[in-house]
Amino acid sequence: MLAIFHTILARELTLGLRRKADVLMTLFFCVIVASMFPLAVGPEPALLKTMGAGIIWVAALLASLLSLERLFSADYIDGTLEQMIISRHPLALIVFAKVVAHWLTTGLPLVLISPLLALQYGLEVQDGLVLVATLLIGTPILSLLGAVGAALTLGLRGGGVLISLLVLPLFVPVLIFGAAAVDDAAAGLVIEGHFSLLGAMLVSALILTPWAVASALRISIE
Amino acid sequence: MNINWFKYASPASFYPLAGKMIPWFAVPAVILAVIGLIMGLFILPPDFKQGESYRIIFIHVPAAWMSMVIYLAMAFWAIIGMVWNSRLSSMMATALAPTGAIFCFLALWTGALWGKPTWGTYWVWDARLTTQLILLFMYFGYMALHAAIEDPRRAARASGLLAVVGAFNVPIIYFSVQWWNTLHQGASITPTKSEMAASMASVMLIMAIAAWLYSIAVTLKRVRCEILDRERHAAWVAELSTEAK
Repeated sequence: MLAIFHTILARELTLGLRRKADVLMTLFFCVIVASMFPLAVGPEPALLKTMGAGIIWVAALLASLLSLERLFSADYIDGTLEQMIISRHPLALIVFAKVVAHWLTTGLPLVLISPLLALQYGLEVQDGLVLVATLLIGTPILSLLGAVGAALTLGLRGGGVLISLLVLPLFVPVLIFGAAAVDDAAAGLVIEGHFSLLGAMLVSALILTPWAVASALRISIE
Repeated sequence: MNINWFKYASPASFYPLAGKMIPWFAVPAVILAVIGLIMGLFILPPDFKQGESYRIIFIHVPAAWMSMVIYLAMAFWAIIGMVWNSRLSSMMATALAPTGAIFCFLALWTGALWGKPTWGTYWVWDARLTTQLILLFMYFGYMALHAAIEDPRRAARASGLLAVVGAFNVPIIYFSVQWWNTLHQGASITPTKSEMAASMASVMLIMAIAAWLYSIAVTLKRVRCEILDRERHAAWVAELSTEAK
């Protein structure tokens, strides 16, 4: 059981790291989106400070959305995905390994770049750390939920736009609690509640979404 | 009484049954809607606080109810379709979606029209409004996915799975939006929870029943079209069209 997980994870990571441009593209996209906002709303430090957490969260969300289409498409085109489905290993586990690898190559870099963005928006160091922590819990949920959308839209025309329409409504709770935790930390309120809820969402997504992705893939392939 | 329910799980035998059932839902729907609208718009006295604008409620509340009920019904048929792999269930789910989206849009629209004179603004980021908006997006997502897939079997199964995933998320979204709102600004603008007059409540009930009956009638009509479309190569559809000639 664990062997197949390790094999897939190693394969996906190798593939992901060899396509460095893809990893960097997602990262730059996030930074560029975050940089557009001060240009649009004006550079007042007080305004940017209040909006910072929300903007960084939305930028990270859009960036991870952008990378979702890649999750299964290459394996779908060259037939690897079919082999994964007919293999004797549980598909949910294979899918899980793929999503973990996807998060390590797209979500984690976003988490790592977020302190820089927090600095740009003039967030306090402490609030910046809270932001990093919310992203650390939140971005895996985005990858897991997004995988369902990616599996459902596999091989469809205009798949990228369709994924956004399908999964953005599902991202709403993560966005709300992620950004609210940072705002409340800045206001000096208790933030354990937000983290508990984000954690609960992560655990439920970890348990439920691999099965949903696996059945979505079966539907899309046959 | 021993009815073989599974007999009607076959599109061929459900098609004529649905045809017979439509008038039984459509006619009472029209009668009740006419009664409800005449009572609600002309006969009931204006509200002492909100004046005439409160009358929108007779459309708004039933529409909001239906938009949520229909999403759950859609998820229900999608689950039935997954478990028993019955074609008719997934057709039911598909047939429900446009009606649900229309009611959802109607609830948002009438809410905005009511909000302007009452709250002084068309839109606030209130928990209910936001949830309703996201629900509308979810209907659109469902219909967009269904439309994007050409193979009808894959379309039905993929959108069915999406409906089920969505149904799990609706309560999470609702509570998260509610907490988000209360955490930030408190319930600054909410409709005053006054005791509703009995006459008003009964008119609203009439309109709600009319909305239910209308939804059932329209869904049956749409599922009939869906059946014909999906089964157009079947022998019984060919017989049907020669009979019609």
